[in-house]
Amino acid sequence: MCGIIGLHLLDSELEPQLGHFVTAMLTQMSDRGPDSAGIAIYGDVVDQGLLKYSCRSDDRNFDWISLAAKCGTRLVRHGEGVVLTGVPGLQSQIEAHDVSIISTGVAVEVFKDVGAPISVLERFDIESRVGYQGVGHTRLATESAITTDGSHPFSTHADLCVVHNGSFSNYFSVKRDLEALGEKFLTENDTEVAARLLGYEMSHGRDLGDALKVLQKTLDGFYTLLCATQNEFAIARDSVSCKPAVIAVHDRYVAMSSEYRALAELPDIDKAKVFEPAPNEIHVWTR
Amino acid sequence: MTPTVFDCETSTVREINVALRALPSGSSATILNPKGRHNMAVGMIKDLNITFEGSVGHYVGGLCDGINIKVNGFCGWAAGENLMNGTIRVTGNASERVGATAHGGTIIVEGDASTRAGISLKGGSIAIAGDIGDFAMFMAQAGILLVGGNVGEALGDSLYEAVIYVAGTVKSLGADARYEDITESDVSKIALLCETAGFTHIDPNNVKRIGSAKQLYNFNALKEQKY
Repeated sequence: MCGIIGLHLLDSELEPQLGHFVTAMLTQMSDRGPDSAGIAIYGDVVDQGLLKYSCRSDDRNFDWISLAAKCGTRLVRHGEGVVLTGVPGLQSQIEAHDVSIISTGVAVEVFKDVGAPISVLERFDIESRVGYQGVGHTRLATESAITTDGSHPFSTHADLCVVHNGSFSNYFSVKRDLEALGEKFLTENDTEVAARLLGYEMSHGRDLGDALKVLQKTLDGFYTLLCATQNEFAIARDSVSCKPAVIAVHDRYVAMSSEYRALAELPDIDKAKVFEPAPNEIHVWTR
Repeated sequence: MTPTVFDCETSTVREINVALRALPSGSSATILNPKGRHNMAVGMIKDLNITFEGSVGHYVGGLCDGINIKVNGFCGWAAGENLMNGTIRVTGNASERVGATAHGGTIIVEGDASTRAGISLKGGSIAIAGDIGDFAMFMAQAGILLVGGNVGEALGDSLYEAVIYVAGTVKSLGADARYEDITESDVSKIALLCETAGFTHIDPNNVKRIGSAKQLYNFNALKEQKY
């Protein structure tokens, strides 16, 4: 199974409630993916010349304060979540301290872990988060082990995040092709291949919609994909569409989820246009 | 008779379904805050009038016989799956597989329906006011699908005796489906279904009829034989 949710706010007055909505939406999708969960929050865009690094360590007592001091970064905690803000190019310096970088970007912050989705939401204090765009995933693992690294969202390139319901069948051959082009993989997961394919295409000049068209031609399998960048929010489905997807378009937001019940508590949902996207369709919203 | 009111905020789906089943024939019920819950009003085998004030999840009204359901909102997968008799009306859009394997009754969608509408239909009628997606009426055996709008790919693939009427355009027909001449009997069937559904935007004389070419009914052992 797996559950996916996304919220792209069009009305900035809703931004203080982003974390509240994302929490309510993802909680509804808990039973579709009880293994692990993850959330991407887009907001609090940093100044030019700075980059946010979402980090995690297996050591619960890790001394983040001294790491932040060593790297010359600002440290912000969101529950157990850690976001370091500093100049670009600090990846290897941070990783040298046995820390994993889950995402980098000027807008995105990613938090993910194994465990029940409700406890993951609590661990990273998602309820209180402010922002303009949120993406979430509850995982029922199929293609790789239940680990934090194997959880979604996959954020392989700056400000990109991808969540996936389904599985790809030819991802090993696509992975080999991407490795030959210089992409370095961190997991055995099929969705990481999709994320790196999109990231590779976008770093070669395509926008998210066109990168998804390449993905539809390249990757075989079944999928409902929800992807976001700093400015884009996109949904893509395979040609058979056996994985669910519901989209709600309202004057104040665009929302997406695996099932309608995740959308039920959004403001004025009765006035939104609610529909299921067609097979092979790509929907992109740009802010 | 005033309808019995149930609220999904205070009762579980199972509690509501059990209570609905206990109502006497001819009763009415209103269900508040369905909020996309699945399996609402499934397996009702008497003439109950049930109104959902809001959108429902998967399988609403599935396996029912004699029910009259109205959903004021959107519905998830397979509304009216295996419906035996009765009416289900959805005022919003419908997700996949509306009316899958239904044996009888009438399913009406006032908005659009997604993929696989009427898959394996075995009887009864489905009327969609708007557009429908791909693979509609795959292997449908009996019954009618009427579409007021446009249709996606592979309509009526491997169709048996079911008949499809489309007022708009068709992207493509599936294997063994073909356009057929519309008869007077078709026109009166369409007019009757439009009246039942309350559709005034369809001209029964200006509708395409799609039926089975019946070339897949028997295995043709000699087809494309090379020896």
